Amino acid sequence: MNFTLKIWRQKDSASKGELTTYYTSDITSDMSFLEVLDKLNQELIKRGDDPVAFDHDCREGICGSCGMYINGRSHGPQRGGASCQLHMRSFKDGETIVVEPFRAKGFPIIKDLVVDRSAFDRIMQAGGFVSVDTGGTPDANAIPIPKKIADVAMNAASCIGCGACVAACKNSSAMLFVAAKVSQLALLPQGQTERKERVIAMLAQMDKEGFGSCTNTYSCEAECPKEISVTHIARMNREYLKAVLS
Amino acid sequence: MKLDAQIPEGPIEKKWDLHKFNLKLVNPANKRKYHIIVVGTGLAGASAAASLAELGYKVTAISYHESPRRAHSIAAQGGINAPKNYPNDGDSIYRLFYDTVKGGDYRAREANVYRLAQVSNSIIDQCVAQGVPFARDYGGLLDNRSFGGAQVSRTFYARGQTGQQLLLGAYSALSRQIGLGAVKFYGRRDVLDIIVADGQARGVVTRNMVTGLLETYTGDAVILATGGYGNAYYLSTNAKQSNASAIWRAHKKGAYFANACFTQIHPTCIPVSSDHQSKLTLMSESLRNDGRIWVPKKQGDARDPRQIPEDERDYYLERLYPSFGNLVPRDVASRRAKEACDRGRGVGPTKLAVYLDFADTIKRNGRDWIVQKYDNLFDMYQRITDENAFEKPMRIFPAVHYTMGGLWVDYNLMSTIPGLFVLGEANFSDHGANRLGASALMQGLADGYFIIPYTIGDYLARTKFTPMKEDHPAVVDTLSAVDNTIQKLVAVQGNQSVDQLHRKLGRIMWEFVGMSRNAAGLKKGQGEIRKLREEFWKDVKLPGTALEFNQELEKAWRVADFMELAELMATDALHREESCGGHFREEHQTDENEAKRNDKKFSYVAAWEFKGVGTPPKLHKEPLKFEYVTPSQRSYK
Amino acid sequence: MGTLLQFYTSSVGKKLAVGLTGLFLCSFLVVHLGINLFLFAGDGGESYNMYAEFMATNPLIKMLEVVLVVGFLLHIFTSVILWFKNRSARPERYAMYDAAASSELSSRVTLLTGSVVFMFLVIHLRTFWFGSRYGNEAGYTMYQLVMRAFGNPVYDLLYITSFVILGYHLRHGFQSAFQTFGINNSRYTRLIELIAAIFWLVVPILFAAIPLYFLRMHYMTGGIV
Repeated sequence: MNFTLKIWRQKDSASKGELTTYYTSDITSDMSFLEVLDKLNQELIKRGDDPVAFDHDCREGICGSCGMYINGRSHGPQRGGASCQLHMRSFKDGETIVVEPFRAKGFPIIKDLVVDRSAFDRIMQAGGFVSVDTGGTPDANAIPIPKKIADVAMNAASCIGCGACVAACKNSSAMLFVAAKVSQLALLPQGQTERKERVIAMLAQMDKEGFGSCTNTYSCEAECPKEISVTHIARMNREYLKAVLS
Repeated sequence: MKLDAQIPEGPIEKKWDLHKFNLKLVNPANKRKYHIIVVGTGLAGASAAASLAELGYKVTAISYHESPRRAHSIAAQGGINAPKNYPNDGDSIYRLFYDTVKGGDYRAREANVYRLAQVSNSIIDQCVAQGVPFARDYGGLLDNRSFGGAQVSRTFYARGQTGQQLLLGAYSALSRQIGLGAVKFYGRRDVLDIIVADGQARGVVTRNMVTGLLETYTGDAVILATGGYGNAYYLSTNAKQSNASAIWRAHKKGAYFANACFTQIHPTCIPVSSDHQSKLTLMSESLRNDGRIWVPKKQGDARDPRQIPEDERDYYLERLYPSFGNLVPRDVASRRAKEACDRGRGVGPTKLAVYLDFADTIKRNGRDWIVQKYDNLFDMYQRITDENAFEKPMRIFPAVHYTMGGLWVDYNLMSTIPGLFVLGEANFSDHGANRLGASALMQGLADGYFIIPYTIGDYLARTKFTPMKEDHPAVVDTLSAVDNTIQKLVAVQGNQSVDQLHRKLGRIMWEFVGMSRNAAGLKKGQGEIRKLREEFWKDVKLPGTALEFNQELEKAWRVADFMELAELMATDALHREESCGGHFREEHQTDENEAKRNDKKFSYVAAWEFKGVGTPPKLHKEPLKFEYVTPSQRSYK
Repeated sequence: MGTLLQFYTSSVGKKLAVGLTGLFLCSFLVVHLGINLFLFAGDGGESYNMYAEFMATNPLIKMLEVVLVVGFLLHIFTSVILWFKNRSARPERYAMYDAAASSELSSRVTLLTGSVVFMFLVIHLRTFWFGSRYGNEAGYTMYQLVMRAFGNPVYDLLYITSFVILGYHLRHGFQSAFQTFGINNSRYTRLIELIAAIFWLVVPILFAAIPLYFLRMHYMTGGIV
């Protein structure tokens, strides 16, 4: 297979970037999208050019490092997968593929396709935890949790923090990311004591980081590699309402 | 220097308690005067950093990831062991201890393993308290499943994403401490060397991966929790950035490296499909609970597996090991798969694969049951191979997965450099020659949550520290040495990319220091590694400069270290004239092709002292005493 | 007050304000439609005029009118603030943005559809509300005003188009409000969808039926009032 790649190149956060066109050939359909970038980079290095910088690590869709906006969509034209899980069989031979970084005020670009997602960490630091120190915890089975609840909590907890939700949202809203954590801990008995403070603090930090607000387009759910449901956003809204009103 | 493992006296079940009592304590008010540097924020690092900060220590956590949540612990699928005995199937701390020592083929330290089994129950309690959503049964209590090398169900899990959930638990604890200001986190920093001053580990030199600037961080003790070195093989299930640089640099500064050749080849990975393959993907070994492994009896049988009748299939694990069947330990399952392929019975386009078949389970329990249990794994398989494992058996092949070897540590998890502690996969301590499934998460968290918080206090309380300043000769020298090496790397301007050279290293390692080894091959391998190392330093090509975001430079530094470590792996494998666990020497096998240990000669930990690149390292032996589990020929029949 | 301010300054709080005011405006829509339906009574506008008179003069209704205006303004003002904030959350746009692959058009154009509805509202108020409140030169009854206005096919087209767009606005807006209130789970989803369909489909159709009714009457009676 052959492809034309239009890739966003930007030297650093201070520079202006632009789409640059590259041609790749001898691609097989079972190659992953990142392997195509690997191959392109090998060619660029050979030529003495600067290879395309992109974040990646586990390459099995769980670390959340990779995140690219491929042909106008977070993680490209697949459902329920990260960029590293995108295989070239998802594209037509000869297609032009546009690759951009995740764009949001809360995700400043570091270089090329690499963005700074530390805003997510700061949101977590604001309240995405149960305040329990190491040791002195009760026996694990002392807190029974109905399977149904545990399953829904697990759905929320499966968030990989990649930022696809922010990237896909027309408002660059981080609501799905924040809601996944708020919802997980609101569902579980362990999260009850700090329930109110948590949702208020995490949302305040989210606003502070410059993310937009949710207008319920549900793009986030559609583009989430873990297919996390927007019902978690509804739950967070409810949590927030309850927290503010009581 | 004589190796002293600091194993406490007393009966095994009392050792840890007695030891804890004997450890010196740091007064709560004094804790904030001590500054601990934690390198790596995976399970071990994040749990250690959080727990130490909770105690009141000043903690600096450093990671090459942008966020602690990206550490490769996150990719562990299957589960975490703890002998809670919730299923009432006869489990106990002693049984987990026994299974782990046996599973490790009697090359682990009994006292360490016992302690690991002891604290593992607390890990589950801790994680549940943090809100980790472990799988539950309909009564709302925690569910368990079974794993290779055990005949009880003691594995706690969160779908196929247990590592993720545990890491996010530790990450949340760490985030809380960062938010409170008790931990300072520095992301996108590559630790390139360890600062050792007056014989004590006092800090690290890092490269800011965004700006390229070199920085130093100093404190009173350094914890390395940087994971394993499986990427020496290029293709492995490790994450692309996983590397050995921090532990290797520590080794070069005086920390002994133990059992470097003990590498785990995981049996259930998705086979390699093309030359462009950048990494291998693991399918959780929990699949072996319900999948049956087989190959066609006939060599080169290329029929669709569904067309091959039952009597023409060889369920070789069930045939060879009737009592454990498909649940034999990883090393055994991997070796038998390789053997089947070596005999021309491999399947798939490359003939380097065996079948893992779920047809019987689907018939028995229905498709939904499988979806409930393995959901994302079947999905993942389909995504990569474009094949539906509900309809056609999976193809699997062994791949490098975990390194049991690592920096030598004593019972307190301290290396041979005072003040340098090593946790998790980065140390050698608990898994012997083979790690059982669901034990890596257990060890990482045990080290971080429940061991280091005690043992590091003892070191701090006993040690006198001189203040460290930026201009201390140790800081200045280490910094300039790092700078020189970077300049050297950038200046080579050769013709081959880092990846090209890394692939070459991988091929040498897989061929000569891979799943089965022999003296001739290992010697040849050593020679080739040396040659390749020279080639690397003459011909590596790096784009850009050192003072910018430069991923090729990051890789080059790591591969340069792998080139040295690889030779040690071969040296260690060559010296160990026996087969044990993941280390299989063709010269040493039983009539039934099982690993044959030589307890008389090799019942020791091989701890290597660095003597210079290209100079043979010096071997130090820590004898292993087995007072509770009598070494025997491992049998899973 | 502090809580309320904190609430409104947060992004979720603003969203809740938009949703609440939106639903409030929906309730107004129902009342308005209820009265309008008397246009179909076939009594020459007698009952309609009576209600119109009541609405124009009752002091309680006048007070509610103020609340309604505040509701409108809050809805519009907050939506516009959010729109600007949301735009600034992505300073550099994508070169290629395939929003259609992940979301409904109706959900992405609420500000646009809302603006159209607002413009219609201004015209609508000028034609009817002004006439009912301050009388008109010719001394027409409300019913006569309606008949005359809808006798004009251009005005009818504008009116009907506006209701199609209002329907589209509510297509997203109604269920979105419930999502914002946190009511989105399988138990209520069907019910909400059903009620939403009343608002985005039935209500606009009934409103749109009025001009058609009068247009038909206009042509059948030869345009004589």
